[in-house]
Amino acid sequence: MRRALLIALPYVWLLVLFLVPFLIVLKISLSDTELAIPPYTPTLDLTQGWAGIKDFFSQLDFENFVWLTEDDLYWKAYLSSVKIAVISTFFTLLVGYPIAYGMARAPEEWRPTLMMLVILPFWTSFLIRVYAWMGILSNEGYLNQLLLWTGIISNPLTILNTQTAVYIGIVYTYLPFMILPIYSALERMDGSLIEAAEDLGCSRAQAFWLVTVPLSRPGIIAGCFLVMIPVIGEFVIPSLLGGSGTLMIGKVLWEEFFSNRDWPVASAVAVVLLLILIIPIVLFQRNQQKQTEADQ
Amino acid sequence: MNRLSWFNAVSLTLGFAFLYIPMIILIIFSFNESKLVTVWAGFSTKWYGELVQNEAFLDAAWVTIRVAVFSSTLATILGTAAAYVLVRGGRFFGRILFSGMIYAPLVMPEVITGLSLLLLFIGIGLDRGILTIVLAHTTFSMCFVSVVVSSRLVTFDRSLEEAALDLGCSPAQAFRLVTLPIIAPAVISGWLLAFTLSLDDLVIASFTSGPSATTLPIKIFSAVRLGVSPEINALSTLMIAAVTIGVITASLVTKRAMMRQKQDELAAARTE
Repeated sequence: MRRALLIALPYVWLLVLFLVPFLIVLKISLSDTELAIPPYTPTLDLTQGWAGIKDFFSQLDFENFVWLTEDDLYWKAYLSSVKIAVISTFFTLLVGYPIAYGMARAPEEWRPTLMMLVILPFWTSFLIRVYAWMGILSNEGYLNQLLLWTGIISNPLTILNTQTAVYIGIVYTYLPFMILPIYSALERMDGSLIEAAEDLGCSRAQAFWLVTVPLSRPGIIAGCFLVMIPVIGEFVIPSLLGGSGTLMIGKVLWEEFFSNRDWPVASAVAVVLLLILIIPIVLFQRNQQKQTEADQ
Repeated sequence: MNRLSWFNAVSLTLGFAFLYIPMIILIIFSFNESKLVTVWAGFSTKWYGELVQNEAFLDAAWVTIRVAVFSSTLATILGTAAAYVLVRGGRFFGRILFSGMIYAPLVMPEVITGLSLLLLFIGIGLDRGILTIVLAHTTFSMCFVSVVVSSRLVTFDRSLEEAALDLGCSPAQAFRLVTLPIIAPAVISGWLLAFTLSLDDLVIASFTSGPSATTLPIKIFSAVRLGVSPEINALSTLMIAAVTIGVITASLVTKRAMMRQKQDELAAARTE
């Protein structure tokens, strides 16, 4: 009896507040856009029994999804989100790997402090960390002031409200997600393997490429997925740093909902976004599973 | 291998400079006299004074804290139960669906979670306000709690529970007297994680809040959209300070607890 209650409590909670809402999104994405307010037709009428259910399904259609393919905005936004996510993941890896490497090679008594320094920004408000860059990157911002003062440039650079700013923002806010898995892979590595490779005639660079990088691969893969998956649906960074020129699907969904009030289309956008995300999510789960099996 | 090579020293220095300089700039300029945030005009704490008098921010902060306390406490209870069920529950109907529902919210884009919950609340006619934000935050943060707690449950020696049961404990007693004290650090860090996630959340709160309840991130976001302001810098500084104190205290406490546990183990080994 107690056990049943223990299972039922979180189970029912998630069914009602996670699965059912998602089914509602799916249903509304297949409904008609006639009215600006709910309920959207068709409505499920269970009092009519089986006929009501059949009637309900026969009225659903893919109109909103057809609309998504007809308007350039949507598929361009999906493509550009995926592109921004892939490129920024690459840069995050490029910045994060040397930091993780340095941490794993630092004296052992430093490591807990270094770990805390990486985790601290993660606990700090995401919004504030993105906001910090608005002051740095704007035309009169600190970066331009510094560059003008040193004489490197003679006219201020426009960085804020461009895609460059979005890339900087993503690399900055998601860096801890890249560093931590790579660090934990590198820290477990046996240092004598490098010595063995060097004794056997590898140069330092060769030893790095042939031994260190392959051994840290699970960490690299985990870090890349941890950055890429949430970035595809990112909203805060493109809306604060990206300006009107940056098209990302999270922002499109938000505007479809809050500005255009077109709920069926917003729901269809959400369903397609989820379909796109299923591929990296499944790949990530598989990688994690392989990792836990290898550890055992 | 005990000294840093110059390459590692440079990459660590540059890396941490990149992570911390933006926040340090933010903190410095919150003490700026001038309204123009990019020009330094002398030291002043007047923006903190204005912040304390800004009722809209104070109200939003109060809403945010209440939401965070309620949702993280609920999420900790539900998430711990979910973790216990997943690790110890054995087989039950719909187990795969259950574990799927635990992991899916972790990778679900916030815009989708927010949208779907809003459509549910409208569908059942629930007025949007503090209650709906609490429900929404509990749902996604219980999954984070469950992951943290189950990683502790997996590594824990089951024979301790069995011993308690053999010695006459009821399952509930065994949980309260043996399991809970051992997983307590994970439960506490789960609660802290849920609390921070709730404090921090903008997207889901924007979808699920109504005109009667605005949270601090929503307030900050609408202010920040208009550009950088010294008042927001002051607010950010306070939030960064709170988080820093919290994280350092938490790490010192766990360090002490770990050392005490080690001493206890040593003492136990000696008496044997």
